[in-house]
Formats: sequence, C-alpha cells, structure tokens
Amino acid sequence: MKPHTLSVLVENKPGVLSRVTGLFSRRGFNIESLAVGTCEESGTSRITIVCIGDDAQIEQVIKQLNKLIDVIKVSDITENDRVERELALIKVNADPGSSRAEIMQIASIFRAHIIDVGTKTVVLSVAGDTEKIDALEKLLRQYGVKELVRTGRIAILRGAKTVKSSK
Amino acid sequence: MKTGAKILIEGLQREGVETIFGYPGGVVLPIYDELYNSSLRHILVRHEQAAAHAADGFARASGRVGVCLATSGPGACNLVTGIATAYMDSVPIVALTGQVPTSLLGNDAFQESDITGITLPVTKHNYLVKRTEDLGHVIREAFYISRTGRQGPVLIDLPKDVSTKEISYEFPENDEVNLRGYQPTYKGHSRQIDKAIEMIMEAERPLFYIGGGVIASNASEELVRLAEMLGIPVTTTLMGLGAIPCDHPLNLGMLGMHGTRFANYAVTESDLLISIGVRFDDRVTGKLDTFASQARIIHVDIDPAEIGKNKRVDVPIVGDSKSVLQDMLAKIQKKKTYQQWQSRIHSWKEKYPMKYPQDGMLRPQFVIEQLSELLDGEGVIVSEVGQNQMWTAQYFCFRHPRSWITSGGLGTMGYGFPAAMGAHFARPDQVVFDIAGDGSFQMNIQELGTVSHYQIPVKVAILNNRFLGMVRQWQELFYDRRYSYTELPPVDFVKIANAYGIDGIRVEDCGDVRSALKTAIETDGPFVLDFRVEREENVFPMVPAGAAINEMIGGYTE
Ligand SMILES: Cc1ncc(C[n+]2csc(CCOP(=O)(O)OP(=O)(O)O)c2C)c(N)n1
Ligand SMILES: [Mg+2]
Repeated sequence: MKPHTLSVLVENKPGVLSRVTGLFSRRGFNIESLAVGTCEESGTSRITIVCIGDDAQIEQVIKQLNKLIDVIKVSDITENDRVERELALIKVNADPGSSRAEIMQIASIFRAHIIDVGTKTVVLSVAGDTEKIDALEKLLRQYGVKELVRTGRIAILRGAKTVKSSK
Repeated sequence: MKTGAKILIEGLQREGVETIFGYPGGVVLPIYDELYNSSLRHILVRHEQAAAHAADGFARASGRVGVCLATSGPGACNLVTGIATAYMDSVPIVALTGQVPTSLLGNDAFQESDITGITLPVTKHNYLVKRTEDLGHVIREAFYISRTGRQGPVLIDLPKDVSTKEISYEFPENDEVNLRGYQPTYKGHSRQIDKAIEMIMEAERPLFYIGGGVIASNASEELVRLAEMLGIPVTTTLMGLGAIPCDHPLNLGMLGMHGTRFANYAVTESDLLISIGVRFDDRVTGKLDTFASQARIIHVDIDPAEIGKNKRVDVPIVGDSKSVLQDMLAKIQKKKTYQQWQSRIHSWKEKYPMKYPQDGMLRPQFVIEQLSELLDGEGVIVSEVGQNQMWTAQYFCFRHPRSWITSGGLGTMGYGFPAAMGAHFARPDQVVFDIAGDGSFQMNIQELGTVSHYQIPVKVAILNNRFLGMVRQWQELFYDRRYSYTELPPVDFVKIANAYGIDGIRVEDCGDVRSALKTAIETDGPFVLDFRVEREENVFPMVPAGAAINEMIGGYTE
C-alpha cells in the first residue's frame, strides 16, 4: 500500500468531477488529495489524484476510471520522474509583540511568503511537496493555526514527456 | 421548425425503435403529445419500474436497445430499480426522463429530482440535455454507448423547455459518434490468443466457463463449434444458460451456488479454465481462493476492468467473445479429445444427476420439467427471483441463446413479469412465460393491467409456496428454522387475474400440471397459473455462503 499519483485527462463537461469522485467512494477507494483545473487542450481538464492502495486496487481504479465515457486518459505517474507541488495558505496567530518576528523567520526558511498581515494574524503562502507543507504547519502550530487551506497535489513529468490524450 | 419532442421521436425512429414502454406526467406532456400521432408504439405500463424492466426484457430477447420513458421526480425515481437491474446484467436500454424546465433546475421545483445524479452509479452514461440543439446528437450517442462495448443502460434527462422549444433542425446524414474517451476493443490480441491456444493444447482437464457475455455478443454458435471441435466440456453461469443446448453431451449445466455437482467438481479439478464473458461473481466462485485452484485461467471479456478483478488470470484477452472465438476457430489446427477427463466427468454425471423426489406431490421442479417438455426448447422463459428462478435454471432445458431472461446481478424481485411483456414485443412469434414466485409476482402484479389492456400474451406460472421461499430456505438451513417474516398469507391469484379480465387456473395436483400448462399455451392472450406447490421444498444442491464450490449440500446422489 503506497500513494499513487494519477493524472486523469477528462472532457470538460458538467458532472465529470462527480463521476470521478463518485467512482472512488462507490468502490471504496480512498482519495488522499485531488486537484482539478483546465489544461493545455481546450475542452479538457486535468485531475490529479493521489490515492492509496495496493497494486491490484490501483489497477482497478485505473480500469474503472477508463470506463467513464468522459475520461480521456488515465496515467499512473507514480513511478515516473516527476515534480509534484502543492500550495497552502496558512493563517497563523501573530501578535505584533512576541511571535510575529519568529513566524517571519520560519517563513523565510521555508520560502513561504507573507501575503496578508492583520492586527493579530498573518497569512503565509507556501508551495512545495507535501512533506514541506506538513513540516511548516507543524512548526506554526505552536503559535496557533487559525485556518489552513491546501490545493491538493499537482504533478507533471520531468523532461519532454507529457501525459496527453492518445486513448 | 421542430420541437425538441419531435426531434426526440424522430431520433428514436432513426435508431430503429418501434416500441417504447412508458408512463406520462407533467413535464413529458410535450413528448406524449408528439407520440399521439406518431407511428412509434407506446405501451402504457402501470408503474414506471415495469417500463424499465420491459425495455430490459425487450433488449435481452432481441439483442436490440430497449427504451422506456417516464416523467420527472417520482416517475424517474421509479425507473431506478429497473435501470440498476439492466446495469448489473449489462443490458442495453435507453431511459428517457422528463425534467423540470432548465430555468427551475436545482430549485427543488415541483417533481424535480436529480435523476442524473441518482443514476450515476447505475448507468453506463447519462445526459442532462440543456439545449434542444444538442438533442439529436445526444440520442445518437446514447444509443451508440448503450449497445456497443460492454452494453448497459444510458439515461437522457429532458427538461420540459428543451422538449417544447422549436428550432429548425435536420438530422445530419452521417452523424457518426466519435468519443475520444470511449473506444471499446473488439478484436482480441493475436499473440494472447495464440498463448491461449497453446495452453488449451497443453491442458489435460480444460473446461469452458461461459457467461452472459457470450449471449450478449451472439457467440453461442462459435462457442459450441469450438467446444465440439476440441471436445471440451462447458459450464455456464446463470446468465450464460442457453449458450449451449442443455442436452448437448458437452454441457455440464450451471455452476456455482446452485449449480450441478458435476459442474462444480469439474471446475475444482480442471487444470485450465477458459472463461468467456464472465466476471467471477461471488455466487459463482464461492470461496475465491479455492475456486479453480488447480487451473490456469484464460479470461476473455470486452470489459478490461473485469479481467483480474477477482481472480488472478494467466492469459487475459480483452475483446468481444464472438470475435475472439472466431479467431480461435480459425487458428486451431489440431483436434483433441480429452478422453480421460470426459470419462471422469461422465462418471460424476451418472453419480450426481439433477433429480428430485417423484412421489406424486406437486413439486415446483416438476412444473418446470413439464413446461420444458411441452415447449421442447422453444419459447422465451423469464423468471422472477428466488427459488423459482433457481429451479427454472436447473430444470428447464434451454436450447437457444436469448430464450432465458432473468435478473442475475441485482436479483430483482418483480423483474420477471414486466420483462416478459418486453420480451413479447421482441419475439412476438414465441410463447413467453414468466416463472414467478408468489412474493415476486406481487411486486409488479399491477402489470396485469398492462397485459390485459394490450392483450400481451404473457403466461405467468406462479410457483406458489406461500413463502418468500429462498429466504425461508436460508432460515431453515442457517437460522434454525426461525421463519422470521417470510410466510405469506394465501392469495387467490386467479381471482386477481379475473378482476383484470384475464383467465387463470389454480393447480393443486401433480396430475393437472400438464393440462393446465397446455391450456395456458393454447390460450391466445395472457394467462395466470397458480401452482400450489410443496411449501418447504428447497433448492439443492447448494453451496453455503463462503464455502468452496465443491462443498455442496443436498441434492441427489446415487
Ligand atoms: C426487490 C427485492 N427484495 C428482496 C429481495 C430478497 N429476496 C430474494 S429471494 C426472496 C424471496 C422471493 O420469494 P418468491 O418470489 O415467493 O419466490 P420463491 O423463493 O418462494 O420461489 C427475497 C425476499 C430481492 N431479491 N429483491
Ligand atoms: Mg414464494
């Protein structure tokens, strides 16, 4: 059982997301992360799904996804050389007197940006792989994380290779 | 100028539809108005569930797409069981539902229900049409998706304003469907087929395990030819009955939970299982790791997701059964006979025949046998669900594909009677029987109104045991005979039939079975037979849930 990253190219039609996610819940597959958006081909969207399962389960997921009429192509890019990123926005308690300076320091170590400053809080924006975001969140927790928003992971192959419709 | 409703009717006719089953309501009024003057025949059912089942029965009996129509909200929701039934058995139907006008969508308007959402998990695909301009092509696409690849139900939801709007529209001459996300594979991979043939040649105890996929792809002839050429015995699933004539010397009948002992023993000892159009369902395999545990497995299926889903496969072949069987026939040179294997099977057949007590009691198996003798392989036999279904599968001698229609995957009580109505429109030349249980029949008994109305000559043979028999059997065997809520009070089904203007006979004696069946067959219109059978008869042999399929209980042994 390990996380698999699936890149799913779909027709940009109403209901396509619920077809995809419905399939996961219906067949008892767990989604760890999901990100969706339009992509380079007009009329299509790309969904990046990270899910956990053994090889047989993942094979079923892929086959079942492929059966959906609006799914154009499914690629398991887990074993491929790829870059993965996730974006997180974190609102942290930051009293001007005490913790604010520390938080700014932590942010700079993580190459996070402070994108909003309030009287009692700051908002950090950080991009990176999941581990990095988890680590930052953990560090910030001591100050009180008021709100955390994550985009879910997106991934792309390194080099010239692409995940395109050829199905 | 054409309204959406007109485009719909024309579109259906362009797909070759002649009969649809439906029930009207507010938002489908424009469609019904168009039907009023149309040459399309509409059968008014008495409950929308029956419309879906009738479309399904039509499809199974004919191999063509069946069509049903319902209004929004309650009408659409009533179709759901029928759609799910078709989905589980991969039956091509197109379900048309009315919907509230697009301007009201999502507002909890009167009789609004999100039927595309509701049917998402039980359709192959579905559409909510928002523009009349799209309708013509959606119809084409829906039929295409429904009848190609692994067949299945497709639903089209039609808001009222889409039906009423007038546009100038001509159907394109050549409206080809091209979906980049949907390209079914028909032709099996040639090298995989070679590998399969090699394995067959090496095997000593090969066995065909055949399912509904062979019926769906009209591949029975090829199957029988290949089996004969190689002398390989054949066992079929519930859905595969009729793929090979029951009395063919190579036929072992049904396998699985209520299969024959010889079929289950053959699977257990086989060294090569040639599985075609099957899905290794739990009612077939019993305990998975002991199922065909000595065998290598070839699996041919049009749906790649079925291959390796439940059982590891040695040679997977994605493709249409017919095409793959044809390729195999063309490639196989050597003829082989598996003499030892055949004689081993023969001895099982002798030792464990399908028999039941012949003691003059009115037993359900006897009714089925009598009907089988009378029809002699002809007719279309539809069943309900429960013991009645299993006895029919075990004791009726099916000789042709599409002569046996039953709800396998979903096991829907109430399926049989409306499906039988649909089957009649597919095969008007054939006598159509619904073998019913008293419980199941009461789930769609209102369709007596439909068969009476249109004089649809469906014969209902109720194996009336005044029990939800199959559930009672489990209570008897596994719950210490505690018959919790499975006993049904007596019902005079003949009287009910009479109230609808339909003739019927109640049969209480073994000696009257044959003449009653004859009367039903010879009567022109619908007919109801109420067989008061032995109440606590069981379906045997039986594989208890979770056991290996060779660990059967009950049944006749020499
Ligand atoms: C709609 C539906 N509800 C419940 C069941 C569960 N079930 C399976 S068989 C059966 C009993 C069927 O009784 P009857 O139609 O009288 O047939 P018999 O087994 O007595 O021949 C029941 C309740 C079902 N299959 N379908
Ligand atoms: Mg009963």
